[in-house]
Amino acid sequence: MQERRELSPTKINQDLLRFAFHTPLWFWIAAIVLGCIFGAGLVSFILMLIFGLTLLGYTNIQLWGILITNFVFWVGISHAGVMISAILRLTQAEWRRPVTRAAEVLTVFALATAATFPLIHTGRPWRVPYWVFPYDFGRGIFPDVRSALIWDPSAIFTYLSSSAMFIYVALVPDLAIARDQSTGWRRQLYGLLALGFRGTARQWKLQTIAGILLSGLILPVFVSVHSIVSWDFAMAITPGWHSSTFPPYFVIGAVHSGVSAVATLMAILRWIFHLEDYITPDHFDALGRLLLVVVNTWLFFFLLDMVFGIGTRDPNELAIWELRIFQQPFNVLFPVFFITGYIIPMGFWVFKKVRRNIKIMFWTSLIANVGMWLERYIIIVPAVSDKRPFTFTWIPVYQVQPIEVILVLASFALVSLGVLLFAKFFPIIPLFDIKEGQVLKQEIQVGRVRVPGIIRE
Amino acid sequence: MATTAGGALLGLFQDPVKVADAIDSLREAGFDGSTLKTYTDTPYPEGAFGEDPENHRLYVFPFMGALCGFSVGLLITIGTQMAYPLVTGGKPILSIPPMINVMYEGTMLGAILFTVLGIIFESRLPNFSKAPYDPRISEGYIGLLVSRAEGKADVAERAMRAAGAVDIVTQPGSGR
Repeated sequence: MQERRELSPTKINQDLLRFAFHTPLWFWIAAIVLGCIFGAGLVSFILMLIFGLTLLGYTNIQLWGILITNFVFWVGISHAGVMISAILRLTQAEWRRPVTRAAEVLTVFALATAATFPLIHTGRPWRVPYWVFPYDFGRGIFPDVRSALIWDPSAIFTYLSSSAMFIYVALVPDLAIARDQSTGWRRQLYGLLALGFRGTARQWKLQTIAGILLSGLILPVFVSVHSIVSWDFAMAITPGWHSSTFPPYFVIGAVHSGVSAVATLMAILRWIFHLEDYITPDHFDALGRLLLVVVNTWLFFFLLDMVFGIGTRDPNELAIWELRIFQQPFNVLFPVFFITGYIIPMGFWVFKKVRRNIKIMFWTSLIANVGMWLERYIIIVPAVSDKRPFTFTWIPVYQVQPIEVILVLASFALVSLGVLLFAKFFPIIPLFDIKEGQVLKQEIQVGRVRVPGIIRE
Repeated sequence: MATTAGGALLGLFQDPVKVADAIDSLREAGFDGSTLKTYTDTPYPEGAFGEDPENHRLYVFPFMGALCGFSVGLLITIGTQMAYPLVTGGKPILSIPPMINVMYEGTMLGAILFTVLGIIFESRLPNFSKAPYDPRISEGYIGLLVSRAEGKADVAERAMRAAGAVDIVTQPGSGR
């Protein structure tokens, strides 16, 4: 990766702070459109508070559907951010520089959005504190720490707060630059948030250590969170879910969808903010190579889960797999999921020319996430759709209702709006990291060629 | 040469080598290393300006945090189960494997929270001091702050100009 552009500190400031200091018309249009979609989701949520969960397609046995699918999907998306950022920081990979913050920001908004879905799903969100927090024993409500549904909020709370703190620590030097480059209320705001950072040798040394130390601490949390999310299912004895391969399968699925989402986001950022000097085809090539490893590892765990499920020869387990693969409507969704989640991305990403083509990377990474959303749907819904002996003889079919579709769209709008608003007020690409790359890329003579001083990638 | 109340002045440079030269000159002129501080908008490799190495105790913070987080996790998991001892699914009241999940998250949260606090504390932030500062530092200039220069401000300025300072700032800056 030798594709480097000469960028002066002033140009970097201008390019990366332009959007924070000037508001183009398209920002207002995008914010209003996304706000309206989110508003529709909010209205749907209020309707559900009034009329209850009957507005959803739930049946007498089918109580986990789109909302939980969406929860798992967004938790998955949230995993790439910090994973990419932390691994790239730990390995000091040069191509991390423009990628890390956008990935971290995506993590925070995706995770916060994910956390809303179990709350909506409860039907009575105002009671959640009684179920989660350990107090008020007198009312006969106690948090059972033996339940995976208690581990889950603790893991998500840890991951969300850690990711937010991680972003803030790495943002402080850029806030100081924004303070110096702005006037008026912006200067006051950035100055306050920058805490008086001036870039002394001591402060930079601690920044560098902080990046590595926090990365090392967050990575295990990242693995634990999706493992625990998988235990929401695997700890139940429900056929189709009760599998010991679920934690690594969920984690790698999360990485697949998350890294794909980062590729999508990087392409969008490049287009809308004209960041051609910062986000280059090299970055997509590197992301594509990473995705190739991830998607094939995901395939291994997917097949493992399938083989373990079918190999048990347990009639209940076989019934779930039959439902997933051969029966309506899952027999249509299953091939679509596999083609969009694996065949198409894998088929494209093996070619270097494709990986360096930003438009194709945008569309294939988007398609990969369609597949990964369907994957979660196929994991969750058939397992609770199956008729069991000695339960009910009358079981209506679970049908997705318009309000569920609105909530899914609203979640996408919420994450997009969150990232957009963050980018409006703060630099979405770390200025100091880019500048450091410029400082360290001093060329050195090797034989008869001059190459950048850092060629770690 | 007028300086701020604390007797500080700031030299602005464009070349890191010249900053290192200025630091050498100032040391020769009798300025202690602890009175010299560089300001940059990007992390330069440690020792790039020949500055004194910085010591810190950041590594203590994650351990302290992990210990606190683990203790809170232990307290929550044991406390809630002992306070409401319901046998669920025939499992023991204090069932260790599930408790580990909550304790683990508590430990990691404590470690990360204390690390962040440690970074802020060890970076000596927040610090809205009035020492000289110039926004040009965020445009690639390198600032060399000489503090406690009362009576020797002229010597400091001469040393910095001779080393290649493009400007000398004595106006109180504002961290905000």
